[in-house]
Amino acid sequence: MKKIVLKGRKVFGGTAEGYALVTKDALGGMGVFDVSTGMVTESGNDWEGKVVTGKVLVYKTGKGSSSWAGWYKALSSMGTGPVAHVITKNNSQTALGVVLSRVPAVTELDQDPTEVISTGDWIKVDGDNGIVEVTKNQP
Amino acid sequence: MSIRYKIVWFTIANARLFYLKARRAHTSQPAGAGVSCAVSMKLTVDEVDMLRGKQGKAKQKAMEFLLRYGEALGAEQFADTNNVTLCICPEMESLRRITPALDMDEYISKDSLFSDETLVIDKLKAFTTSNATYRDYAYPELQKGGKDACDAAYIGEKYCQRIGIVTLNSCVPYQCGNIPTKGEHCAWTESSAIAYCNSIIGAKTNIEGSHSAFASAITGKTPLAGLHLDENRKGTIIVQVDIEMDDVLNWGLLGYYAGLQAGLEIPVYTNIKNIPDLFMLMSLGAAGMSSGTIALFHIPGITPEAATLDMATGNGKNISVISYGREERKKTHEIFNRSAKDDVDVVVLGCPHYSLERIAAVAGLLEGKKVHESVELYITVGRMQKAIADRAGYSGIIKNAGGVLLEDSCGTHLDIDPSKSTASDSAKMLHYLPRMTGVHDTFLGTLKECVTAAIMGKWTGRAL
Repeated sequence: MKKIVLKGRKVFGGTAEGYALVTKDALGGMGVFDVSTGMVTESGNDWEGKVVTGKVLVYKTGKGSSSWAGWYKALSSMGTGPVAHVITKNNSQTALGVVLSRVPAVTELDQDPTEVISTGDWIKVDGDNGIVEVTKNQP
Repeated sequence: MSIRYKIVWFTIANARLFYLKARRAHTSQPAGAGVSCAVSMKLTVDEVDMLRGKQGKAKQKAMEFLLRYGEALGAEQFADTNNVTLCICPEMESLRRITPALDMDEYISKDSLFSDETLVIDKLKAFTTSNATYRDYAYPELQKGGKDACDAAYIGEKYCQRIGIVTLNSCVPYQCGNIPTKGEHCAWTESSAIAYCNSIIGAKTNIEGSHSAFASAITGKTPLAGLHLDENRKGTIIVQVDIEMDDVLNWGLLGYYAGLQAGLEIPVYTNIKNIPDLFMLMSLGAAGMSSGTIALFHIPGITPEAATLDMATGNGKNISVISYGREERKKTHEIFNRSAKDDVDVVVLGCPHYSLERIAAVAGLLEGKKVHESVELYITVGRMQKAIADRAGYSGIIKNAGGVLLEDSCGTHLDIDPSKSTASDSAKMLHYLPRMTGVHDTFLGTLKECVTAAIMGKWTGRAL
């Protein structure tokens, strides 16, 4: 299995692993999920119909309503949230979101994670050391 | 959780600062993974006092939270802030789950201060105002959750007032008395207000959520990172505007298009020949923060950090340029105008909360007329604008015509039948309304086109 290691900066510590959900877009909060199921319900979203529960979310940055972090906190409280975030460019929405949901997150990596990682790859996130290990999904 | 502080004194320009290194060890995560992390920010005497609990346990908890948040942002220190806007509007379900006695002190302690011990806040450090609460108590039947939701909002409002938050209940605080000055460090929630605060006023705020803004209100501190730093406020992409920008609709569409295109960049809108008014700028910011994350933009010659294009970009070189013309406007407009029929069932205006000028314009168009019997017309405003509209006679005209002027509320929280076709003059509203209510058939037009639709029950708006 081909492995790639990306190095970046901690946003929030901890370790977690799971399958990647990747978008080359910024990620919203309000109006994106059914919080009770973790399913993405937003029309036109790259992940529409997919479930974020247990996944490692890989995306450019946060966007949309300032309630962003509250939605990820709600997902976490319901047990339907992602296990980690890999963010091209952390902003105040994503920073607050991962702090509130207490899941490991890494940003400012040596390569754009949305270009290197594909949906379905297996991802290990070491938040404390800012390391993301990618095991490519074999086609 | 244990905290160890190592404090080193030193002096900078007559001011004594603490350098504090706090090391925390988390013992568990929801997923069960063991975690340890180190926090390292420069702290002042005041901040250390708060962290040590010398100013009470609530401030201590708030500072601990701000430290975690500041570290996540990569901040090295805090900025003082005396200007916060936030939203404390609990849902009744979560309120009951956290505190069966509906005790807001207990709710806030557990939800926002991460304390099992109930902490009573007696005074905030920062001047703080409240965002829209999404509920007008006079119309529980029109809003999601009915009376229960209104009761929860009321409990939240009374709590805000008790701890010293000025309850503007408005998503446009800058129209209601919370007007920052250029360069002022703020901690604001509400995406459209954040864009306005940064871009039009030239004050500095990141996109705060309720939890971080509340901690800032308690402590008077916000992490010095992101848009608080001048080096992060320069324009990094040029959006060349090749059409007339002569009405509010055009500004909303421009913002929405730019939000889709700009990605991580800070746009500079160039080639604009029209001087925008208040609501045009509000619409530009609101839309750009809906489709994207444009918390700051510049317009050379108009906005305060952009006297010239060079100033807007910090003399940046090789800045990419995207064009916005008729074709881009048409495609953006079509995102929202997707009804196969021309019947209009609901008209939602007031996103962001309407200015007095817009309220007066609606009243002027409705005077002597009636909203069509099959149409619901809602206009959302802050309570300050509502009070003035009442005395100016606008509210009476709108009510007599069959419209509903809702104070403190938001169209996304109206209990709208998703099968109904809905018109609005706000790209932001029509971005969120399908996502929050399930409506599918929508129309985006000018204020006049929307009020005409309310009267006729038909969409006659122009295609762009």
